[in-house]
Amino acid sequence: MIGPHDLGGRSGFGAISPHEHSAPFSAEWEKRVLGLTLCASWPGFWTLDEFRYALESIDPATYLSVTHFERWFIGLETLLDRHGLLEVDPEAPGNKLIAGLPAEAILRADQVDMGLAVGPSEYSHESLPRFSAGDRVRTKAFTSSGHTRLPAYARGKDGIIESVQGLYTFPDDNTHHRGSNPQWLYTVVFEGRTLWGSQADELLTTSIDAWESYLNAE
Amino acid sequence: MGSTECSEDDDAHDGHAHGKYSDSQARVLALETLLTAKGLIDPAAIDAIIQAYETKIGPRNGARIVARAWRDAAFAQWLKADASAAIASTGLGELQGTRTRAVFNAENLHNLVVCTLCSCYPWALLGLPPEWYKAPAYRARAVIDPRAVLLEFGLELPQTTKIRVWDSTAELRYLVVPERPPGSEGMTEEELMCLVSRDSMIGAGVATLPGSPK
Repeated sequence: MIGPHDLGGRSGFGAISPHEHSAPFSAEWEKRVLGLTLCASWPGFWTLDEFRYALESIDPATYLSVTHFERWFIGLETLLDRHGLLEVDPEAPGNKLIAGLPAEAILRADQVDMGLAVGPSEYSHESLPRFSAGDRVRTKAFTSSGHTRLPAYARGKDGIIESVQGLYTFPDDNTHHRGSNPQWLYTVVFEGRTLWGSQADELLTTSIDAWESYLNAE
Repeated sequence: MGSTECSEDDDAHDGHAHGKYSDSQARVLALETLLTAKGLIDPAAIDAIIQAYETKIGPRNGARIVARAWRDAAFAQWLKADASAAIASTGLGELQGTRTRAVFNAENLHNLVVCTLCSCYPWALLGLPPEWYKAPAYRARAVIDPRAVLLEFGLELPQTTKIRVWDSTAELRYLVVPERPPGSEGMTEEELMCLVSRDSMIGAGVATLPGSPK
């Protein structure tokens, strides 16, 4: 897909105004959205990949007009609804409805330091990478009609493998519950002029981190 | 975070009072109340998350890594070769299992980090990203015209300086190590940390000169 989130190289967004937008939050309630999202994600009803896809699936006009944490809030509501967690028991509104969710599944305050330190992991190496540093590759023009991490501006472009970065969960599959299917990940470098044409800065290079199936040998 | 604070962090001030929609606060509170009643979340954990990013996890973590690399050539080499391990040796670190890469500016090379697809950022080293990092203008423009983007941050690079933009499209996290400024010889790690702004570790700035106003 090329969703509203896929912003690299697009025009018309104006100035960055870094001094006006230097803080992480634009309003107090956004702090609650951060905490609420991290807590609600903790029991594992959805993955980080599925959360990203929920944001990417917001209609473009809304995506581009709301703040970062408003997008998070919309994405959180989408996932809670999709996973059946927003239903209210008409017999006992407000009562616990999540049958079988054990108390230890919920993130508690004394677990927050540990919880903030858990992240996506590399897998141990069970296969050899197809490419090595210095190899010439061309990115695919199309990867997935759903979630993908190959940006639109870097599709169908010639680049060079700079480094092999380990084996990671493949987001295009993991998002859509097709398994983690780990793949080798590579840092791929492109000349600015390859991406943007002859008007681009000749001293610019840009890299992405690309899963192996995004790449063909050149 | 260390006990010595710099005069003013560049991301310390509060944001605006209101979001775009006046009902957002009410909707968030309603959802928090519902999820608490359902037993899906513990609101005390939300408080603890907010407190962690307000008091413990911020750009001073990254600044300590940079200052150490400036003072210790062996540490700098380790950081360049295996940032995850070098950073872990200081007791800090990016999310467990997530590989970190430190990219070093040089006389003729400037590095800039962006996430064009969402907002990937080294939270454990820099805290939460600023609003501008997550907003469309930066995400759209950093990859195509970084020299003009840097001008908006007040940084005019020499026309001969190469620019490398790192788009964080996967689970690697990038820390820019700015060049050590002239006049900082003999400074302690704590003193050097005050020269390392958050923005300089994203690449949207350079280290502060000793003695200049922040």
